[in-house]
Amino acid sequence: MEELLEILEGLHPDVDFEHETALIEGGVLDSFDIVTLISEISETFDVTISAEYILPENFNSAQALYALIQKLEEE
Amino acid sequence: MLFTSYGFILFIAVLGVLYYVIPGKAQWILLLAASYLFYAIAGPVFVPYLLAVTLIVYFAARIIGRKLNEQNAYLKEHKEELSKEARKEYKAAEKKKRMTFQIIAVVLCVLILAVVKLSAVLSAVWQAKQLSFLSIAMPLGISFYTLQALSYLFDVSRGTIEAEKNIFKFALFVSFFPQLVQGPISRYKDLSATLYTPHPFNKQAVAFGLQRILWGFFKKLVIADRILPAVQTIYSDLNSYTGAYAFFGMLFYTIQLYADFTGGIDITIGIAEMLGIKVQENFNLPYFSTSLKVYWRRWHISMCSWFRDYVFYPLSSSKGMQKFTKFSKNHFGKRFGKRLPVYISSFVVWLLTGLWHGAGATFVVWGLFNWFVLMASEELEPLYERFHKRFAFSEKLPYRIFQILRTFGLICALNLFDVCKSVGETFRAFGSIFTFSNWKQAFSGGLLNLGIGLSDYLVLTAGVVILFLVSLYKNKKGDPRISLTERIRPEKYAVWLILFLIVLIFGTYGIGYDSSQFIYNQF
Repeated sequence: MEELLEILEGLHPDVDFEHETALIEGGVLDSFDIVTLISEISETFDVTISAEYILPENFNSAQALYALIQKLEEE
Repeated sequence: MLFTSYGFILFIAVLGVLYYVIPGKAQWILLLAASYLFYAIAGPVFVPYLLAVTLIVYFAARIIGRKLNEQNAYLKEHKEELSKEARKEYKAAEKKKRMTFQIIAVVLCVLILAVVKLSAVLSAVWQAKQLSFLSIAMPLGISFYTLQALSYLFDVSRGTIEAEKNIFKFALFVSFFPQLVQGPISRYKDLSATLYTPHPFNKQAVAFGLQRILWGFFKKLVIADRILPAVQTIYSDLNSYTGAYAFFGMLFYTIQLYADFTGGIDITIGIAEMLGIKVQENFNLPYFSTSLKVYWRRWHISMCSWFRDYVFYPLSSSKGMQKFTKFSKNHFGKRFGKRLPVYISSFVVWLLTGLWHGAGATFVVWGLFNWFVLMASEELEPLYERFHKRFAFSEKLPYRIFQILRTFGLICALNLFDVCKSVGETFRAFGSIFTFSNWKQAFSGGLLNLGIGLSDYLVLTAGVVILFLVSLYKNKKGDPRISLTERIRPEKYAVWLILFLIVLIFGTYGIGYDSSQFIYNQF
């Protein structure tokens, strides 16, 4: 989780990613951020987030995104 | 049958009565019949295209959905026996099989779309060579329902929705008449939630629907159609109408486009609302955007999200692009290297968006110009941030107004590609604004010789002011219809009565009334 928070803070240093739960609906992350995030996650965690997982519910919070990474690691 | 024609109003009135008289379970069947009737009236020759796209996508999705269910059942059944690697291998092999069907369906649908789009461009050439038998009439709304059907196919393939078993229900999803000819491009998950369920008569929903339709009529008939003659006059002869006229042509078209397209969508959403069906919003006050990036989140939302979800994300998150990202980071530095693959994916999206609007060079260049401005803004972002931190006024209202006007100006300029006949003509028209000084002539009566008179300018000014004030209200306080329901009776009825009278008195009717097509009907 620490590594993920570091990646997120690298994108937007001014956002409280630990507590924010509307990253997509609140317009914090846009499509460019998401793609950049996917590429960073792919490098750090060695998982591929394909397009079918790019859903608001998976990217709305750091917790949801971390849960997705764990799910993909298990698959 | 145009949304604002008398025939369509009659069509809606008859349908509305029948819809609430018949049993709720049969309502969707009536809608399917009405949708095909609507399309057949628009042009019987168009129906085979609609049927072809419906059948191709229905059967491909059924096969893909079945294969996906079989895969999931197999994995569940053999959960303990299969290793992680074996599971991965099996899934990859199954995905490959499903992809074959997906690719076949996509190629067939895109081929139909490409042929009719290309034919629209080539028909002018063919006609000049007297080969008119080669021309194919552009089926109304084909660009919209093809994308809508494909979004369903992709969603089934991704497993986010189940494939619809009932072919007639799926046919209704593709052909639902209010959105058939100019969108919004709905997603199955959203539209199906209310499309097939019974809807008992709801006075409030019907009233809201009628109010939204009336607002759409106001935009279309009082603003868009009234300004149309001036737009047509200027763009029919850009060699004569240069300088100030090119400037006003650009401005008038941007107003016309907004009133026309959002007015049409208001009518679409209003009809659906009257029938108890929820269609997603397609605009969110786009001309209040402070940048082009924000504008494209607020204009034609359903088309933009389609290209984002089904082209941009799959392309930029693909394994090939991930590999390229690593390469790019090593060779072009961390910051730019990270962004380059995103820019490439974005380039493809804008190229396709341009082609979706039309196979002509102007649309392609329009798409690429949008891409260029968006990417340049993205690269200049650190500079903007420094500027905003350094100067406190950048947070103040006057600066925001400046940003809105700047973005509006940019949109006006980009819209020139829509109406000019060639890329060269677009540049010449734009350049003439700065090089050709005929402003004095334009203001000394020239603007009154564009097919619209002083009374038209007065109606247009009042119409645009009303539109602006309502938009401002919506931006601050939300849907004005809801606020009006809370008002006392004479007040709320007076507002709608006045709007009705405005449409009746100041709307553009008369001979040739049916000839003013909605701009987006042609895409």
